[in-house]
Amino acid sequence: MNDLAFRIFLRFAGLSLLAVGGAAAVLPEANRQLVEGEHWFSAQQFAEIFAIAQVAPGPNVIVFPLFGWTLAGWSGFLAATLGILGPSSILALGLARTLRRNAEAPWLKRLKGALIPLAVGLMAANGYVLARAADANLLLACVTFAAAGFVVYSSRSPLWAMAAGAFLAVAAGRLGWM
Amino acid sequence: MTRIDLFLGFLKLGAIGFGGVGPLTRRIVVEERRWLDEAEFAALLGLCQALPGANVCNFALMLGDRFCGPSGGLCALAGLLVAPLAFLLVIASFFAAFAHHPDLRAALAGAAAAAAGLALGTALKMLKNLPRTPLLLGVAAVAFAAVALARLPLPLVLGVLAPASFFFGRGRS
Repeated sequence: MNDLAFRIFLRFAGLSLLAVGGAAAVLPEANRQLVEGEHWFSAQQFAEIFAIAQVAPGPNVIVFPLFGWTLAGWSGFLAATLGILGPSSILALGLARTLRRNAEAPWLKRLKGALIPLAVGLMAANGYVLARAADANLLLACVTFAAAGFVVYSSRSPLWAMAAGAFLAVAAGRLGWM
Repeated sequence: MTRIDLFLGFLKLGAIGFGGVGPLTRRIVVEERRWLDEAEFAALLGLCQALPGANVCNFALMLGDRFCGPSGGLCALAGLLVAPLAFLLVIASFFAAFAHHPDLRAALAGAAAAAAGLALGTALKMLKNLPRTPLLLGVAAVAFAAVALARLPLPLVLGVLAPASFFFGRGRS
């Protein structure tokens, strides 16, 4: 494993156990470390990689292997995947038996309940950080606003909102509005 | 149930789970494969929500582990991730190959703006569907301000807010 891949592994392994309530919760911290700390991506690139990962099926966490791949090809891909999934997976497997035995325990329910408000706040922070990077003009800010409304008020696939946003931006580009 | 069953079941979940795998997990695990009943499913998912890491990945690991031990968990996780990652690399290669085409630049900018909106919308939807207790609103607002506005390190934010949320959440279900 080369030097960059090793650094990717260490960064992502450090993020793995911070993902309370899902992978999206750790994205603002990933942004802080990868964009502001390491300067591996511009804020705009970070938002675009997130968008590409949203188009693929499967869990949100797959954005991390894509960060690694973009930075360092296959070795980065492998390092990022092992880093982001390794520590949390070892913890889950290590605690699986204990947790299953205590599935009805009050402290576990309370822990789950305690993490929900954090997950909500971090998800909103993720959206805010991405919007700051992605919304370069008024049209794009409107796309963000509309997509947020679409998620809240429609049960259709969020892919529709992404397709509409992409289509609008291409049309605006062709018309010279962007 | 074998490790191959686990791999194939989660392969299907990963391959068709566009725009979030949450609701689909229940359909495949409970209704289609009948690996767990409703109550067992809810209990196992609840455990995963208390653990750090991607919820569905932890779910795959713990379900596989329950039936076939740790290697079963890894088979389930591998099944879940292989199709999405392959798909992702194909589209990412496509974007990389045409990165300078103006239409593609614009499309990606539009998609990124929409994806940011999806994250904001998901947070708003959670707020809409959860009981809006002062604790929920307070902790969520402080977490947002600390991470998005003040750009404080996440370990610090979690180190303060998680115990606070656990402590003040006492007595609530």
